[in-house]
Amino acid sequence: MTVFDIINLFGLQVKAGRDQLHQAITGGYASDLLSDVIAHSQKGNIWVTIQTHPNIVAVAAMKELAGIILTGGREPDKETVHKAQEEGIPLLVSPLFTFELVGQLYEKGISGMNPC
Amino acid sequence: MERTDNNILIHKTFHIEGGNFPNAGTISDQVKKTLKEAGFPNSIIRRIAIATFEAEMNVICYAKQGELSLFITPHSLKVVVDDEGHGILDINLAMSEGYSTADEKIRELGFGAGMGLPNIKKNTDEMILTSKFKQGTHLEFVVYLDRQETHLPFE
Ligand SMILES: Nc1ncnc2c1ncn2[C@@H]1O[C@H](COP(=O)(O)OP(=O)(O)O)[C@@H](O)[C@H]1O
Ligand SMILES: [Mg+2]
Repeated sequence: MTVFDIINLFGLQVKAGRDQLHQAITGGYASDLLSDVIAHSQKGNIWVTIQTHPNIVAVAAMKELAGIILTGGREPDKETVHKAQEEGIPLLVSPLFTFELVGQLYEKGISGMNPC
Repeated sequence: MERTDNNILIHKTFHIEGGNFPNAGTISDQVKKTLKEAGFPNSIIRRIAIATFEAEMNVICYAKQGELSLFITPHSLKVVVDDEGHGILDINLAMSEGYSTADEKIRELGFGAGMGLPNIKKNTDEMILTSKFKQGTHLEFVVYLDRQETHLPFE
């Protein structure tokens, strides 16, 4: 499954990174603590969070994540959109809250168990 | 440090202002950019970028101000951070995963997982942390360039 696929499946709004949507998703990670994401996310993961400030893009770029989904309809900060555009990180928004969105992603086969 | 490497090719120093959350991440961004321009492999840049990000955040969260220096030598990338701030009473406790003294405001921004120092340790080959409580903290870490195959914890 690619980032493009989940945008269509879940009606996500695309805020940045439109030219990086072909990337395959290797799994998912959900957390609002940046150091936790740094420690436990894996390359190619889709990251689900409520944080909206520019450092989420720095974290996603460092960990080579496939994209970020903001839940609860949260709007990213303007600088976050700008930075995501610059770094080529898909920045997406879902109206669903984290629990519901993660459940639906899981149903579609995106797992938090990392294949090594 | 295990090997003294006096042949410094690039040395850059950055000032970090404590409490400046809107600017958080800009120093690690600049370090990342410097290393990219110098042509280092992504796997190496990623490790230094993660460690530098965590170190920068700790100065912003727990210090009045600090200085972060990047040293590039033929065999290593080294970062040294000195700050004036809260200091750390118990280094071992601070190093343990999940321990954090971050306040509510810091946590709301997603910092304060208590994993910053462990992340620095995991991503570098050497790390030294010393502190004078209520005065300041000294941190340095090194990634060796000729050892990377055996040190890629996240690959
Ligand atoms: N530069 C520093 N100055 C003062 N205290 C620090 C510094 N760096 C870390 N600490 C202390 O060590 C604790 C653990 O740090 P860290 O592992 O980065 O986790 P976190 O920043 O999420 O709390 C911090 O909560 C803080 O009490
Ligand atoms: Mg920290």
